[in-house]
Amino acid sequence: MATQEQEKETLDSVTIRFCGDSGDGMQLTGTQFTNTSALFGNDISTYPNFPAEIRAPQGTLAGVSGFQIHFSSNNIHTAGDSLDVLVAMNPAAFKTNIDDLKQNGILIVNEDAFTPGNLKKAGFIDDEDIFAPYESRSRIFKIPITKMTLTALEDFEMMAKAKERCKNMFALGLTYWIYSRPLDSTIEWLTGKFGKKPEILEANIKALKAGYHYGNTIEAFQSTYEVPEAKIVPGTYRNITGNQAVAIGFVAASELAERPLFIGSYPITPATDILQELSKYKHHGVKTFQAEDEIAGIGSAIGASFGGQLAVTTTSGPGIALKSEFMNLAMITELPVVIADIQRGGPSTGLPTKTEQTDLLQVLYGRNGESPIPVVAAKSPSDCFEAAIEACRIAIEHMTPVVFLSDTQIAIGSEPWQLPDLDTLKPFNFKFHEDPETFAPYKRNELLARQWAIPGTKGCEHTIGGLEKEDITGKVNLSPDVHEHMTEIRSKKVDLIATKLPPTEILGDETGDLLFVGWGSTYGAIRTATEKLRNEGYKVSQIHLRHLNPLPNDLEKIMRSFKNVAVPELNLGQLSMIIRSKYLIDAKGINQVNTKPFAVSDLVDEAKKILGEG
Amino acid sequence: MSQVQELTKADFVSEGDVKWCPGCGDYAILSSVQTVLPTLGIPKEKFCFVSGIGCSSRFPYYMNTYGFHTIHGRAPTVASGVKLANPDLSVWVVTGDGDGLSIGANHTVHMIRRNMDLKVLLFNNRIYGLTKGQYSPTSEQGKVTKTSLYGSIDNPLNPLSFAIASGATFAARTNAANPKHMQETLRAAAAHKGTAFIEIFQNCNIFNDGAFAKYLNKDTKAEENLFLETGKPLLFDGETKGIIMNLDGGKPKLSVEEADPANPGVSKSGNKFLIHDPSNEDHTLAYLISYLGSISDPENPAAMGVLRAVNKPTYGEMLHSQEEEAKSAKGTGSLKDLVYSKDTWTVKETAKA
Ligand SMILES: Cc1ncc(C[n+]2csc(CCOP(=O)(O)OP(=O)(O)O)c2C)c(N)n1
Ligand code: SF4
Ligand SMILES: [Mg+2]
Repeated sequence: MATQEQEKETLDSVTIRFCGDSGDGMQLTGTQFTNTSALFGNDISTYPNFPAEIRAPQGTLAGVSGFQIHFSSNNIHTAGDSLDVLVAMNPAAFKTNIDDLKQNGILIVNEDAFTPGNLKKAGFIDDEDIFAPYESRSRIFKIPITKMTLTALEDFEMMAKAKERCKNMFALGLTYWIYSRPLDSTIEWLTGKFGKKPEILEANIKALKAGYHYGNTIEAFQSTYEVPEAKIVPGTYRNITGNQAVAIGFVAASELAERPLFIGSYPITPATDILQELSKYKHHGVKTFQAEDEIAGIGSAIGASFGGQLAVTTTSGPGIALKSEFMNLAMITELPVVIADIQRGGPSTGLPTKTEQTDLLQVLYGRNGESPIPVVAAKSPSDCFEAAIEACRIAIEHMTPVVFLSDTQIAIGSEPWQLPDLDTLKPFNFKFHEDPETFAPYKRNELLARQWAIPGTKGCEHTIGGLEKEDITGKVNLSPDVHEHMTEIRSKKVDLIATKLPPTEILGDETGDLLFVGWGSTYGAIRTATEKLRNEGYKVSQIHLRHLNPLPNDLEKIMRSFKNVAVPELNLGQLSMIIRSKYLIDAKGINQVNTKPFAVSDLVDEAKKILGEG
Repeated sequence: MSQVQELTKADFVSEGDVKWCPGCGDYAILSSVQTVLPTLGIPKEKFCFVSGIGCSSRFPYYMNTYGFHTIHGRAPTVASGVKLANPDLSVWVVTGDGDGLSIGANHTVHMIRRNMDLKVLLFNNRIYGLTKGQYSPTSEQGKVTKTSLYGSIDNPLNPLSFAIASGATFAARTNAANPKHMQETLRAAAAHKGTAFIEIFQNCNIFNDGAFAKYLNKDTKAEENLFLETGKPLLFDGETKGIIMNLDGGKPKLSVEEADPANPGVSKSGNKFLIHDPSNEDHTLAYLISYLGSISDPENPAAMGVLRAVNKPTYGEMLHSQEEEAKSAKGTGSLKDLVYSKDTWTVKETAKA
């Protein structure tokens, strides 16, 4: 036995991707590896990658599903640029993922799945030695995962198909062994899931252990690895996806506003989870309404808002297109409603399961007339909790629709969330107007937020609508001066939000050679790039915008304290265009629309180019 | 219950000017609604009128109640939200034939099939009024308008058949120019729990004048209106004619037959006239009656009154009872449980820091 001689190498961080056919259970495998690593004490960041088709033909390129985990003994902010380990359960998975494997990375393939039929489905030519080009630059382990699993389960009286389904556990067990992870949390999870089906439970545990022991027994792996615990801020944590955090954030906002939560939505990837998650919370008094389309989703939310609820609607870019007319109605009637846009690849139906930041200009400007609507963006999965609360707070305290922006990467990606002390969350500052003597529908407070009297309030009967109206009374009035005045008020009202914002946080020094200005899901990559560059001695800092409308009042001053401003975005330059036009600052776009998150190394290279050293 | 103060019609009249064209049928509808509301025993602040866009949809501005003039075709969605948020409000949707049956037909179907507890007034003038006279989904084929110079080639739809086929639990028809009938119909709608859909024949004297003249004309109104009365046979034209049902190649079909004066409730050919029963669970008959006298069936009289009124749970009731059930099964949810419930782990101060 080789066990004794094997070395244990310590690593800072590792990125693994499990990939295979949609039916191979890769999401589950990835989630288990994630939870085990989180419980072990690593910092983690994950990013699943789903095919757009629910049931693409088995073995095809379109059917490949992947799950990437970055785990580390340091604090990390991305799911990793390139892979230390690629587990490919079939040729299609191999073909679509191999290019992301690092030089000298580990490739584990399920040899049994590399049949002539599967090779052909993945588009390989007969007799091609598909591994040859990678042999010199990666460590390849061809393992008969299916056969080993079946052998391990020989004594089980199950159908061969059911036995074969346990092969993901074998693969998981093997990776647990390579990275010295304990099996107990997965065993516990399996027990919870299959407790009522003891045979399936036993089979899965057996396959998991078989994978683990297999690594232990064969001599193929020269060493195993250890990724020690990270120095994580003390506290209670759970692993969370962005969409879950949005849902919980909305429930929290509803408590802070002391108003029931109403969500009117229509399913669309990648936003659907939020509606699904909130549907579980009826006992929290959450009303979920699956409407007939996106228009009805926001329409019902606006109605609920008129009726005094905390109202939200959730969607993605194509849904925003449909909701635009209603967003404008909420804007002119000055009713609070949060429109969550979980961006995906566009245009049109585009790339439903991929990530992009291409809706910024759409949510800012995609409506007729002058239609200022505040926009708030989340920067990471766990950040969605606070960002969702912030969107609701602005909506209610300022009486306005608010767009909440997230994207696929944040929505389905996950990371540990340090659970907040709920007592420190600030209640929303607003009151329904109930006094007929002092009521006028468009009478405003110092923030220019209008009075909110809800139907049922005696003596405050009034009608609102989409026609232009005069201030204070809200009476329909289409005269030129009134329109100009109201247009200005609506715009000023949104600008005033900026007076309430805390100073913008700067990562790094307050002056320097280069400032990264980012928003949304690029946070982790930009932050890691900033840290790298600073470690190399570059004078680089980062700010990441929570508020895209209004922009923070200190933004211009901060930008002007740097020789260069770079705006990395997963689009062709949307925030950079705004910065350039608004401040006449020569912001340089770093842009990418290849459906992938930024690689840290690319940002580092781009920064060096801007600094004249690329 | 708190004492409901005596309300009068004047309480529901808003202070601004009403800006419909002089002679427009909308005035009569407004007046009838303002007459009926104070009699319902509902406090004024509990009424909410939600409309789309069109001449008809200006209605909420003229009511001294809560109101929401929304966007074209989408009033049912906003009204649904208002009602789900505040189950104790009396929420009324005001829409037009274009608003509710063209751009907003989708929402009309879904509001009806869900049995949202909303009163729906569809002002059918068979024309787009606000945009100055284009044909609508209820305009007759061949109608010449500014956008159909050679005559409309669209097949018209019948609002009541549309509503009944969508599963309406309440469907009625009335005529703006017949206030007494309209007020009765409004009262019946107000008493209904669930979507109460009323098609109101409304004359647009500017762009489609006389569209409903035959129902009002002294010489023709008796033979053109089939006034429905629960439990009574379907008779019209001074009870000289009535409606019977027979099978036409296996399909049920309604036809008109002359009444036998000697034999009440029976036609001269010995067929029994249909007895009106709006509470019939099966909507087949209501559908057939709705189609009578429609634009595509001009030889027959149009049924006026309540075609269908059946009792079914509303969407709101079911939503609220699910919420109550979830609360009693799981206990009222707390944010703390939600945040801290799942697979948490704790990093301690001492951990390698
Ligand atoms: C999105 C949108 N499309 C078109 C219009 C223009 N428009 C306003 S009212 C109307 C038709 C209204 O017809 P109907 O519902 O029959 O109402 P009426 O004026 O006849 O009462 C149209 C096309 C609009 N306001 N909004
Ligand atoms: S255009 Fe026709 S429907 Fe509109 S207000 Fe004038 S008469 Fe009435
Ligand atoms: Mg009309």
